[in-house]
Amino acid sequence: MDMSLYPHAVAMSAEEFMDWSTLVINDLLSAGTKKTVDKLTGPVWTWAMKNSMHPLHWGLACCALEMASASTTRHDAERLGIIYRSSPRQTDILLINGWIGKKVRPAIRRLYEQIPNPKWVIAMGECAISGGPWYDSYNCVQGVDQIVPVDLYIPGCPVKPDAMIDGFMLLQKKIGDYFNRGVFLED
Amino acid sequence: MMDTEAIYQEPSVSEIKHLLENKFKGKVAVSKTDVRRVHAEILNKEDVFEVCNYIHDNLTFEHCSMVMGADMIDHLEVIYLLTNYYSGTVIEIFAKLPLDDLHVHSVALIWEGANWHERETFELFGIIFDEHPKLKRLLTPDTYTFFPFRKSYKLRGQE
Amino acid sequence: MMVVENTIDTFDSPPEERIGKDKYETDAMWIYMGPQHPFSHGLWTLKVRVDGEIVTDAEPVIGYLHRGWEKEAENREYPKIIPMADRLCYSASMTYTHLYCMTVEKALGIEVPEKAEYIRIVADEICRIQSHLMWLAAVGTDLGNLTIFLWGMREREYWLDLNVRLCGQRMTTNYPRIGGVRNDTTDIFDRDVMRCTERFEKALWDIIDMIDSSSVYVSRMKGISRLTREQCANLGVTGPAMRGCGVDFDLRRDDPYGKYENIDFEVPVLTEGDTYARYMVRIEEMFQSCEIIRQAIRKINALGKNAPYRLKVPSKVPAGKAFCKLEDPRGESLMYLISDGTDKPFRLKVRAPLFTNISASRPMVKGVRVADVPAVMAMIDVCMGETDR
Repeated sequence: MDMSLYPHAVAMSAEEFMDWSTLVINDLLSAGTKKTVDKLTGPVWTWAMKNSMHPLHWGLACCALEMASASTTRHDAERLGIIYRSSPRQTDILLINGWIGKKVRPAIRRLYEQIPNPKWVIAMGECAISGGPWYDSYNCVQGVDQIVPVDLYIPGCPVKPDAMIDGFMLLQKKIGDYFNRGVFLED
Repeated sequence: MMDTEAIYQEPSVSEIKHLLENKFKGKVAVSKTDVRRVHAEILNKEDVFEVCNYIHDNLTFEHCSMVMGADMIDHLEVIYLLTNYYSGTVIEIFAKLPLDDLHVHSVALIWEGANWHERETFELFGIIFDEHPKLKRLLTPDTYTFFPFRKSYKLRGQE
Repeated sequence: MMVVENTIDTFDSPPEERIGKDKYETDAMWIYMGPQHPFSHGLWTLKVRVDGEIVTDAEPVIGYLHRGWEKEAENREYPKIIPMADRLCYSASMTYTHLYCMTVEKALGIEVPEKAEYIRIVADEICRIQSHLMWLAAVGTDLGNLTIFLWGMREREYWLDLNVRLCGQRMTTNYPRIGGVRNDTTDIFDRDVMRCTERFEKALWDIIDMIDSSSVYVSRMKGISRLTREQCANLGVTGPAMRGCGVDFDLRRDDPYGKYENIDFEVPVLTEGDTYARYMVRIEEMFQSCEIIRQAIRKINALGKNAPYRLKVPSKVPAGKAFCKLEDPRGESLMYLISDGTDKPFRLKVRAPLFTNISASRPMVKGVRVADVPAVMAMIDVCMGETDR
């Protein structure tokens, strides 16, 4: 491992960079560095991510009113760190709360791809889970998991704010599993 | 005998019936009247614009509540609901359209509020409103080519 | 760097004078506000054509939530449509189910017992107050005043508690039935309602005080986006937006339905036609709703505990046409039923007030600054479930 080459990485061709960086990674792995870093930092990322889940400020239909109620004084989602952000670039979670019409599918896909990793998708309410009461509609998608991969399903019609907060606490467990698995050098 | 050319701001239900029947003899048939309601039919769809113009100008029905279509299997109907803001009276007036000639003159030039209602009726039933400023699809995606609300289009649970 | 001298920044200059007056050279461009946008309360897009900072053209794009509600209603029996009608306008669900039940009762030709009518009036007005509070909270966030969001939603929770006490659900209540209401009120319901109205009137005065003393908040609304009375009536705008422009019409007073003729209340009408007038009309409507609730509760108490609240109705509706109108918190809503003698409707059409109000967004938004567009559109109180159906 020749670290003197490090500042000259931009002078290498692509193949040279691949060879050099494989050597670096193999050295770190064999020395147990990745495992150590994961073990030390996994709990830290988990704690940070769990207590600052930022969903996208996007309301589709009825469940959106209950999502808004969840951030008010009675149910107070902000004590769990759930702060709604307006731009998808600054969020972690895409919260789908309403039925999906055919016109809005490209918007959902684009928003999903605009959210940077790591991200989670929550399907809130019967309409997002499986189409809900609009089972025979010509314009409704029967479940949002036909468009984006979903991590958590919260049932209800409409979902009570208490149930939504309960769902976010389940998501905290899932976030813990994701980071404790080890994500250093994973990409 | 009431003057059919005068402007009435708050005509009563019986006055409306009298004026419509006298001004448009044989073209408009008033089927029934109720408290603040007049139900009428325009017998020929070509007269729709003329009758609506009269109701707007002379009877001061400033508000077009709704324009809707209905698929009665052997013909289509266009139903107009017009409101008077001074008396609260509603005129319900409809015209039958034969299946082979689905054209009717648009009333969006009289009441701007009927603009989107006519667009919606067009995209859901296929009724074409002549001289509408912008007759394009509104609610459904642009790629749809069928008219969903016709009885010939069946939903998943209806076969 | 050039300093732009802005000599036309008074409240009273007409918007036409402001277009193209900046000293910079600007190009016009179309901005898409939506479908995901913090100001759009509901899923729609407003395309605005901006010249410098003044809006010169606008076009709303709707249809993201279209599900073919009316076609699905032809596939279900009459009682099954009641929870569907709840989800038409989810912010004001009680009024739509009330309207649907009224329409079917008119087609059946039956008359609902008096107690059920007064309970429906109370439920409607609770729905109206709760919907206006949601609007107030949204207006607060749009104009940058987040305290109003918290205070408005806090008050709204107390009204939703009343809904829970009446029928068990916070919103989309599924409470009116064809022939009456689902269940009678409890013994202590009138006590709860009276306490809630007293508390609410004091809290609303606090909110109004906070708003009126903030000159930033008021100046963002006064003088913006004027509409004349004739324009308003022709565009088909209904509801508090229309009453802020001078049209003196309220369905509860001028075309009464369901025992509203026995209730004595005032209808707030302002003639300025700007955003501030439309805003004040809604605030005053909340006070009037409290008054209506108090009178209706007294009438319910006068009828006694054992008065009937629901009739049994046949499942098949005779063939014919019927329509009913109702004063929704957002305007004039209407349902038109064509029945053919079976137990499913033949054609059920819904007229949503916001469908026409949003189509009137072009004249409302022309000539204002881009930063005022959220304030203007918030005043018509968007709820897209009923617009797209």
